[in-house]
Amino acid sequence: MRTTIILKTASNYLLPVLLVFSIFILLRGHYLPGGGFVGGLIASIAFILHSFANGLNKTKELLIMHPGFLLPLGLAISFLSGLAPVALFDLPFMTGLWSHDPIAILGSVGSALFFDIGVYLVVNGVTLTIIFTISESA
Amino acid sequence: MLTAILTGFLFSIFLVFVGRFFKGKLSILASLVPLGLFIYFTQFIAPVTNGEVIMRNFEWIPSFGVDLGFKLDGLSLLFSLMITGIGFLVFAYTSSYLKGHEYLDRFYGYLASFMGAMLGLVLADNMITLFVFWELTSISSFFLIGFNNTNPASRKSAMTALGITGIGGLFLLAGALLINNITGTYSISEMLTMSEAIRGNEFYFLMVIFIFGAAFTKSAQFPFHFWLPGAMKAPTPVSTYLHSATMVKAGVYLLMRFTPVLGGENIWNYTLIAVGGFTMLYSAVHTIFRTDLKGILAYSTISALGILVFLTGLGTKEAFLAAAVFIIVHALYKATLFLVTGIIDHQTHTRDVKRLAGLNKIMLPVGIAGILAAISSAGIPPTIGFVGKELTYESALHYESLAIFLMIGIVLTKIFLLYAGFVAGIKPFVGKLPEEHENVKMPGFLMWGPPLLLASLGVLFGVAPFIIESALIKPVVTAMGADASEIHLALWHGFNIVFILSLITIGVGTAMYFMIKPSKKLENGIARLDFISPENILEQFNKIFVSVSNFWTNFFQNGYLRNYISIIILFLVVLVGYIMINETRFTIDYNSLSKITVYEITTTLILIAGIFYTVFTDSRLAAVAAMGVVGLSICLIFVFYSAPDLAMTQFSIDTLTVILFVLVLYKLPKYLKLSDYKTRVRDGILSTIFGLIVTTLALEVLSEPVSKEVGEFYAANSYIEAHGKNVVNVILVDFRGADTLIEISVLSIAAVGVFGLMKLRLKMKDRRRYADRSLNEENLKK
Amino acid sequence: MEILLALMVGILYGTGIYMMLRRSMVKLILGIILLGNGANLLIFLLGRITKGAPPIIPGDSKVFTEAFADPVPQALILTAIVISFGLQSFAIVLVKRAHTVVRTDDLDEMNATDEDS
Repeated sequence: MRTTIILKTASNYLLPVLLVFSIFILLRGHYLPGGGFVGGLIASIAFILHSFANGLNKTKELLIMHPGFLLPLGLAISFLSGLAPVALFDLPFMTGLWSHDPIAILGSVGSALFFDIGVYLVVNGVTLTIIFTISESA
Repeated sequence: MLTAILTGFLFSIFLVFVGRFFKGKLSILASLVPLGLFIYFTQFIAPVTNGEVIMRNFEWIPSFGVDLGFKLDGLSLLFSLMITGIGFLVFAYTSSYLKGHEYLDRFYGYLASFMGAMLGLVLADNMITLFVFWELTSISSFFLIGFNNTNPASRKSAMTALGITGIGGLFLLAGALLINNITGTYSISEMLTMSEAIRGNEFYFLMVIFIFGAAFTKSAQFPFHFWLPGAMKAPTPVSTYLHSATMVKAGVYLLMRFTPVLGGENIWNYTLIAVGGFTMLYSAVHTIFRTDLKGILAYSTISALGILVFLTGLGTKEAFLAAAVFIIVHALYKATLFLVTGIIDHQTHTRDVKRLAGLNKIMLPVGIAGILAAISSAGIPPTIGFVGKELTYESALHYESLAIFLMIGIVLTKIFLLYAGFVAGIKPFVGKLPEEHENVKMPGFLMWGPPLLLASLGVLFGVAPFIIESALIKPVVTAMGADASEIHLALWHGFNIVFILSLITIGVGTAMYFMIKPSKKLENGIARLDFISPENILEQFNKIFVSVSNFWTNFFQNGYLRNYISIIILFLVVLVGYIMINETRFTIDYNSLSKITVYEITTTLILIAGIFYTVFTDSRLAAVAAMGVVGLSICLIFVFYSAPDLAMTQFSIDTLTVILFVLVLYKLPKYLKLSDYKTRVRDGILSTIFGLIVTTLALEVLSEPVSKEVGEFYAANSYIEAHGKNVVNVILVDFRGADTLIEISVLSIAAVGVFGLMKLRLKMKDRRRYADRSLNEENLKK
Repeated sequence: MEILLALMVGILYGTGIYMMLRRSMVKLILGIILLGNGANLLIFLLGRITKGAPPIIPGDSKVFTEAFADPVPQALILTAIVISFGLQSFAIVLVKRAHTVVRTDDLDEMNATDEDS
């Protein structure tokens, strides 16, 4: 794929900015529009943009591991956040747990946040796996 | 009691693990299971004789009124003793009969689970429990009939039996549901108290039909009888146990059980008399056309079952008594005859009655058993068979106006049965031993012991009927809803018309035995009428059914995707369209609608343009780009109408979809104009109508009031319960978190699927094959 | 506006079906996407549309004080959008795969379930 130098340069800076933005979207999801789904999608778009500009292999090097590994990781985090009340407090599966005092920026932190992080990782992993797989074999 | 029922099942599970120990000499140990159960049930004889009814109830699904309810009264006890007693003998017999068989353990497993199912059936007081065990007996019977599973005929018979009895089971279920609907209970004991209400109900007729459907199929009554002769493909112990002594009597048991609930009405009585009467005569006559010993016994069993149904139908106390006695009589002599047949088959390797004679000289104890059983079956004193036959005649004779017809029917039946009994029990043992059997050996004790014991019991009960009178017979009659205090069994009833009829029966039957010899000619004679037999008709029907459904399926599901879609849509259009034409009111409250601004108009126009460009462009790339425009327009609509989360998601997904398409597009083939103009117009019309219907539907729904209860609940509790202010997100990660968890799992599966599809290569072999095929097709096109 | 949206839903459904009835595999997928968009919009519409009141509890209050858009259909559609992406990508890959194997874009030539017929 032929890419312009501008896109190439820009994408190098855009990647961290977009990733931070995606995390911002993820974290504010409980109070304002956003959340794991959108955050994950934005993060994956950031990586895809990077891969278009710099080639797939560069992006893969950046990721260290195959995005497919995000799937079990994310699923595990989500599942464990649901399991936590069962294991720790003997409450029903997926009961919301909350910290008593709100933390700066995030507001009150709870099991739902970890669940959303799991969603974020899974969505990111799914999208990247699909797009990478297809662009590799296309 | 539950343990007793479950023992059979537990034993068969146990056999799965340690089966190999039971294949060798230890196999006789398996018979300890039914023996133990038999002893267990004998302890109930005393209380039941005193009129006690033992009830046990275990809650199963209390909310539906379905319990594991068990009831042990006279009727159940008689059957339980028969099941375990004959079961014991059959188990013992089997260990010798199938000695060294590769799957002996499997066989015992099936037999044991059948025994458990059958015990559950006769002890069940809850109709759902009854149904479950009823079906379990059908299933275990299926496995036992198909035990020689390498033989196609065996498999076919097993399927037929399962089909017929399985349909019967569904009738039973339907009956149970219907009765439950009226009485509000599944408990048979409670139904007894509501007998009046049930009989007076407008659905009484249906209930009777359902119960009959179940009983007639299970007990092989005409026209469902044909599965039973087929079931004789099973090893002989199975025929003895299931298809003469116990399982086939389940239908009769059901009728007897429901006599106090549903019986007494004309439709009940006359149907039973007609069906039972026809069956007994029809299959009794059939016996003289058979040369296979098991075939003869199969038809005489059907005939005996017919007699039992017939007696139940008579509905008098005398008839109930006769039925109770005849159950014992039949179990004793028919089991004996089957076991004897099994021995003959095992030792001489033939069951062809034409080739059997004079075996007495080799296996005297077997001969004695056979002859005693034949005498009992013929109703010659001093056997219990004589008592049974006298009672049967008496009850028919005392039946009001129909006495003369019933009498003729039953006497004729008995004559033919006598003939069948003689052919099966006496003929192989008397006369001159043919040369081919000179080297036949005497079987082991385990084989001849059981039939001899059963046959001797037949004589013992005949000489001293008081043994079973109060213990077994009276409680059965009581259980069927008649007063049993006056009953007195005796061998000698005095010289009366019944006795004269007995003499006639014996005389004519014996004469027949000497005059008619079983022959191939007779067998062929009846075979010519096969084309009108119910079995044949059913098979023809099956064939037609299969070909019609094949045609039907191929017509609608011809493998062309668009054909499927067209049919589904067409059906939907017709169905929904029809209702709409009749029901739609088209009242739109224009005031309740939101206003239209210029932004929305513009967005809508872009959307429509995008859609139609997607559809009509010839360039794939343009179509994909237009697709993206459509997605973005929808995204804008979400923005307009207070759905920021949706807008964000739609935007990201839209971007990704376009990327995805662009990545693969050039690897995909170019558009081709594959359809002609006519097809496109046709599809266009269909799609337009479908779109119109959806629009109308949406408008119609919009004019209905809406309930936002769920949304309001989430909104009200979002911050208080879940500490979140973005309600949509709170629903996703908290209120409906489990759903989301499943959703991300599904997404993961999709990703793994994509990965697998792209990364895994076809094996070389497959690739070559497909390549060859497409090459061939190209050549063909040329 | 509701009428306009209902019309739009109808157009999306109709064209979606029309595309699915074509014999080209790419058109089939485009049809599925159109149909999916139509379904999303239909759910959105039937949950009643509200202008300028997203289901987000404002500022310091703990509950809604004014009218708000129903969050339930929105949550439904959000999941549907993401799932449909999974479905689309799977369908695209399947089509591509089928194309490399049987070398045809004509759905009518892919009607055999096993190699003998």
